[in-house]
Amino acid sequence: MFDITGKRFLFLLISEALILIGIISLVVFPLKPGIEFSSGSMMTVSFAQEVEEVDQGELKQELVNLGYANAIIQRTGEGNDFLIRTRELTGEDKAALESALAARFGSLTEREFYSVSPRVAGETVENAAIAVAVAAVGILLYITWAFRRMPRPLHYGTCGIIALVHDVVVVVGIFCILGAIMDWEINLMFITGVLAVIGYSINNTVVVFDRIRENLTRGISPDFEVVVNTSLVETLSRSLNTSLTTIFVVLALLLFVGASIQNFAMVLLIGIVTGTYSSLCIAPTLLIVWERREWGRLVQWLPLPRAKARGA
Amino acid sequence: MPRRNTLVFIIVLILFAFAVCALIYPLFGREEMRLGLDLQGGIHMVYQADLSEVEPGTEAEAIDGAIAVIEQRINILGVTEPVIQKQGADRILVELPGVSEAEKAKRLIGQTALLEFREWVEGEGGEMEWVPATATVDGKEKVLTSGYFKENTYVSPGDLGGVLLIFEWDEEGSKLSEQITGRLIGKPLAIFLSGEPLLGEDELPIAPIVRSVITDRGQIDGLSLKEATELSQLLNAGRIPVPLTPIYEQTVSPILGADFIDMSLKAGLIGIILVMLFMIIYYRLPGVLASLALIFYGAVVLAIFKLIPVTLTLAGIGGFVLSIGMAVDANVLIFERMKEEFRTGRTLGAAIEAGFNRAWTAIRDSNVTTFIVCGILYWMGSILVAGAPVKGFAATLFIGVAVSMFTAIVVTRTLLRLFVGTPLAKKTRLFRAYQGRE
Repeated sequence: MFDITGKRFLFLLISEALILIGIISLVVFPLKPGIEFSSGSMMTVSFAQEVEEVDQGELKQELVNLGYANAIIQRTGEGNDFLIRTRELTGEDKAALESALAARFGSLTEREFYSVSPRVAGETVENAAIAVAVAAVGILLYITWAFRRMPRPLHYGTCGIIALVHDVVVVVGIFCILGAIMDWEINLMFITGVLAVIGYSINNTVVVFDRIRENLTRGISPDFEVVVNTSLVETLSRSLNTSLTTIFVVLALLLFVGASIQNFAMVLLIGIVTGTYSSLCIAPTLLIVWERREWGRLVQWLPLPRAKARGA
Repeated sequence: MPRRNTLVFIIVLILFAFAVCALIYPLFGREEMRLGLDLQGGIHMVYQADLSEVEPGTEAEAIDGAIAVIEQRINILGVTEPVIQKQGADRILVELPGVSEAEKAKRLIGQTALLEFREWVEGEGGEMEWVPATATVDGKEKVLTSGYFKENTYVSPGDLGGVLLIFEWDEEGSKLSEQITGRLIGKPLAIFLSGEPLLGEDELPIAPIVRSVITDRGQIDGLSLKEATELSQLLNAGRIPVPLTPIYEQTVSPILGADFIDMSLKAGLIGIILVMLFMIIYYRLPGVLASLALIFYGAVVLAIFKLIPVTLTLAGIGGFVLSIGMAVDANVLIFERMKEEFRTGRTLGAAIEAGFNRAWTAIRDSNVTTFIVCGILYWMGSILVAGAPVKGFAATLFIGVAVSMFTAIVVTRTLLRLFVGTPLAKKTRLFRAYQGRE
């Protein structure tokens, strides 16, 4: 039988490190907002294949010459396809830009164009924030309801929420790093993905907690740690199998659909992995820590005089 | 019990057959899946109307008027299923699926479609220039424009070849025209469209010399047939009563959309195959049954998408593909529970029933959060201008999860029950469960 709860301090230490890394990356490399949040225009253009390969540097230089110093350029796919992001373009701006680029690099086809005015971007930020707040309240209400039958609703609820926050911090932290390295931006689908992850992570935690409750009522052991571990082992294959099947489909999305919902699929992938981890290794083990009042051991590694005193 | 199960099984089969028919044949007038703009290509624009000049209290009418005009203009393009809607109090949403001529469509919508007549006079700087031709009616100085046209212009072949755009003045226009043409006999009268000289087929500005006083009707000569027809349609569609500025735009070329359909089909298919393989390898016979249930699931969900209809976007397909992975969750919960019951020494039949009954609360509880999140996302998607993908994702995920509960609880159970009492049920290896073993 696996002993998950016995290694609780290792798991919790890993998570503390992950959360720390997440928060540091958020501070050092802030998330890059996409045009839905910051306004601007984005177009995917495809230069005729027969023309020699267009150099990304030259394209950037040309855009700077045309007065788009802040333009961001990404090569998408294999051919001469580029994603160009600029400030908001009017119809005339766009026509002028396209004909200038065509004159320099050969004929081009516009595959996609997306433009958001500052006003709409402002509203999007505002309403997305409201939606996230409403979602948070809704999920808190749900947790209160779902955990009402637990022996100590406050403990269970709090541990579930900590696991949730852990998942969000890890996802956001990784996205900050992806943003810094690969210029990934966050958009509405990112927010959607994060909310979906929250729902998913809570699901897993509920299933595990439900089993702990059941085993407590059945009185399988007087030792709380044994009860938790048994429940974890019993639900382990369910948790892993469900996550695996979901990871399969998300991987398929990530690999085959590509750029357009890349961010979204990535959020789900990271979120499912961390959500599974946190519902198995964080939320239930925290219950034991709380039950036994072992909080001091969580900060043992900190050079705090008080923690040292307690340790001694 | 067995008889009732057979009945349920038949109902499941009928449902499946119905779903497959709905997917293959047009049913209830639904010929095909409704695809979002990102999948079939097209234009999605949101315009902000400037209502500051509109008389207070008549804002709604002004917007409705603008929508009516846009509808007329879109008709010129011959788009199937265009959507032109009011959004909020002062916005207009225009969705043109499958349109490849994005620029032309935008020009048509954005056009002021106001022809202005100008005369050649000496300007303030002493140079000759075209200035709007005015006259005084009812004590007010007014510019002669196509605003005074009756909305019945038409194109007619000219006597000397070429085409004529024929128009009629309304009452006020005819007074203005009478005065203006009266004083401009022998002089040119140019026509400007949206501030630019209207060019003829020969690429020269159209500025005919006035021959006589025009009171009721006139004609514009020199346009190509195509241009004349388009202009006539625009003029007849009327003017948009309020200034519109585009605030949001998404244009996808139909080619790119087709690529997306291809890619997402591939992703869905590969995802479903992987999930099935996993379920069969891990759970053996129940896994096979869960895979059958998954096929049922896929057909029913897609049929629902088609019949409601749900507009499928890339994000929506993402939600559907994700729901495939999540759909087996209920099965996994049940099978795990079943295995446990089996181990405690129950027979297959008892283990199935206990597995389903005991797993039910976990299935219900764990799906509630997904429903809550879907609800919030749907709401967020509806209030946001850029929220279409979010809405699509929420809708497909919601439908997917709801149907998955049904398939896991009804379809898989029915299929499993069919095996109870057959020789296969004795082969516990098929269930990857060993009776009475820890």
